[in-house]
Amino acid sequence: MTKSNSKRFGATVAVAAGLALAVPQANAQGGGTLVIGMTAGDLPITTGNPDQGFEGYRFVGYNLYDTLIGWDLSQGTKAAELRPGLATEWSIDPNNPKRWIFKLRPGVKWHDGCPFNADDVVWNMSRSTNDKAPEFDPNQFAQARAYLTNFAGVEKIDDLTVAMETKTIDSLFQFNMSYVMMVSRCRAQEVKYNWTDYANRPSGTGPYRFDKATPHQRMEMTPNKEYWDTKRIPKQDRLVLVPMPEASTRTAALLSGQVNWIEAPSPDAVARLKSSGMTIVTNPYPHNWTYQLNFVKGPFTDKRVRQAANYALNRSDMKEMLNGLMLEGYSTVPPSTPYYGKPKMYNYDLAKAKALLKEAGCLPCKVTFAISTSGSGQMQPLPMNELVKSNMEEAGFQVTLQTMDWNALLDITRAGVEKFSEIHGINVSRAAQDPFNALVRHVWSAAAAPKGANWGHYKTPEMDKLIGEIMGEFDTAKRNVLLTQMNEMMNEEAALIFVAHDINPRAMSPKVKGFVQAQSWFQDLTPVTVAP
Amino acid sequence: MSRYILQRILYAIPIAFGVSVVCFSLVYLAPGDPLQTVLPPDATAETIEIVKKAYGFDKPLPIQFLIWLGKVVTGDFGMSIATRRPVLDEIIMALSNTGMLAMFAIPTAFTIGFLMGLLAGCFPGKWIDRGVTGTAVFGVSLPNYWLAIVMVIIFAVELSWLPATGMGPKGSAEFSIWRWSDTQFLVLPVITLSMIPIGIISRTTRAAIAEMRNQDFVQTLRAKGLSELAVIRHVIKNALPGVLAVMGLQFGYLLGGSILVETVFTWPGSGFLLSKAIINRDVPVLQGTILTLAIAFVMTNLIIDLLQSMIDPRIRRG
Repeated sequence: MTKSNSKRFGATVAVAAGLALAVPQANAQGGGTLVIGMTAGDLPITTGNPDQGFEGYRFVGYNLYDTLIGWDLSQGTKAAELRPGLATEWSIDPNNPKRWIFKLRPGVKWHDGCPFNADDVVWNMSRSTNDKAPEFDPNQFAQARAYLTNFAGVEKIDDLTVAMETKTIDSLFQFNMSYVMMVSRCRAQEVKYNWTDYANRPSGTGPYRFDKATPHQRMEMTPNKEYWDTKRIPKQDRLVLVPMPEASTRTAALLSGQVNWIEAPSPDAVARLKSSGMTIVTNPYPHNWTYQLNFVKGPFTDKRVRQAANYALNRSDMKEMLNGLMLEGYSTVPPSTPYYGKPKMYNYDLAKAKALLKEAGCLPCKVTFAISTSGSGQMQPLPMNELVKSNMEEAGFQVTLQTMDWNALLDITRAGVEKFSEIHGINVSRAAQDPFNALVRHVWSAAAAPKGANWGHYKTPEMDKLIGEIMGEFDTAKRNVLLTQMNEMMNEEAALIFVAHDINPRAMSPKVKGFVQAQSWFQDLTPVTVAP
Repeated sequence: MSRYILQRILYAIPIAFGVSVVCFSLVYLAPGDPLQTVLPPDATAETIEIVKKAYGFDKPLPIQFLIWLGKVVTGDFGMSIATRRPVLDEIIMALSNTGMLAMFAIPTAFTIGFLMGLLAGCFPGKWIDRGVTGTAVFGVSLPNYWLAIVMVIIFAVELSWLPATGMGPKGSAEFSIWRWSDTQFLVLPVITLSMIPIGIISRTTRAAIAEMRNQDFVQTLRAKGLSELAVIRHVIKNALPGVLAVMGLQFGYLLGGSILVETVFTWPGSGFLLSKAIINRDVPVLQGTILTLAIAFVMTNLIIDLLQSMIDPRIRRG
């Protein structure tokens, strides 16, 4: 060994020894380090509303930041509901049904030490909506836009009260405010609105503080010991997020101990994971895997054809194909949703499907679906679509699958049916986390694409009238009655082809303790510990 | 010689320009939106228009291209739409990570491939030739992503000898080749990445050596009474230009990173960066990376050409 090598070796040994001594100190609290293999292709951005779909919200958004209204993720027996966040209470102005009053939580501090107040809320809303303001961030405008289309303005009433106005009467606006992340004005001004710098030093009010990140590889967070919700101060010592888009890579990483939690293991890996002692957790959540249909042109303009397609599906076969990792889908929302009701059930009935097609005079009934090879929430799109095709063809359909990548399918989805009238259905799974996204956007004529997510331009006076009543009803119980009617009406109309609901599978090492899987796209990681 | 080098460098400019035009056009011919990563799935037409304007994607394509080209000439590759980081930082980091892989894969592949080819070429038709040829065909034919997954299953999952994925316990920022806890992450990707070049180089070397051994000048050398070792030295020297040309291409391949291998191992190199940029339609990253890789290829070929002409002056004269 040369002298320099010997020095280097000595230094390495010293560093290794130092690390060995440091580890017990780092784990002094005994909460351990939770390392999560995400399905995301990259680390979500940290400048507020994240990218990478709801996985970005789950692991980065709601951990670094808070929203005015949050989600109660503490239990897994029923669908998650809204709970106070940075706003302790909110209500509609009795004199103006388009004006919401939010009472803000006192004593909250940003991670950078500045106090949270009404000016921060006004500034945050301007950042995402006012392209003339210096704080305007086009990225956040895009990320938050889906929740702020009906937002008209905000005003400060006092240091701890703000009022927001909507363009039209909208009882569901409160749900939108559960997605808009509040970022620190202090930090943004400190970095002179350079959002790249901000991304490296983000500051929120959330239960975790940003510690460090290596681009594309890992992000580390530490508990925010001063979190305002003392019950939700993280119990683990450190949270590490690693993007791993390949399912086989995630599985191998968990089995080899590189991570102790992975999202969405592939169904064929579940047996292997279980045999190695890993825990598989699942729970229904507001997700749907459906086909949105073309109501302008083609066979699905006939209700009988839509019903035939729904009767033709043998959903239990699909569940078996996915090793049980799905809930059979018979409606837009899963049964645990408060406004599920008693929708018309399209249980597998081949004879009925054939009879309906015959009655509609559509034999063979030629339809074309646009599908993707992968994508956010798309589960196992290729085999699932093949099974749907096979089921439907037994009933008398002749199905053509137009397969494309996720990005290309989103292009079709956003543009709407008029630009792609030769397509009769699109297979885009949706988050059904709140009433608007679960039900309204699919069938509201005001949301017809490209203005909204009603891809196939579904439109009936009855449905529009019911949606108007829902938007005007501010009492939760009464609104849920109307939403139940709406869900039942969507089933009666066979407004979609209902196939499956994902059950949110995740696999974790037996060392991971304390996790309660909420019926939500979002999860609370704060109670989790990792045994040594 | 210096005029020859200058001429070759000047040739590289239109090639790089052509590559960037083709790459730019292909990105826009493909369906999908360059702003997909920042747009929610149900973004309205109005939202898309406002965001396009904010990002400068509302201008006609030729104008967008010229603006981009003008900035690139001054060293500004723009910002990634997806990560909001400067593209140049992204490329430098990815290339250095791929370079780390290449630093081990290149000597491994070139040494093993050349020695295998040399042995096979010296003993044509013998068992050693058949063995090497069989191994080479096996190496070239194996889909490397399959090999990667199989090796992960064997060495990471079943035997727990090596890590499955990533670039060290703390990521590339703290990676050190002097620490086994980090370097062990290199082993499986390097083996996977070396397999195809080993196959190609050994087959090329074998063919070149076998062909040279049948040349008249070899007979002359033997007739002059040179030892077999001295004859082989002459044979190698004459076979080398062809082998070097193939090595140059493989060098470019290894330096460019492999999308499949880097994705399976989650190795944050240029292949992984490219694959993410393609999926996200992150146009600035895509253009910057492809342009950089194209220039790297052109320069590699230039260096190989110069090496060839140094070994075989006839090439320069030609």
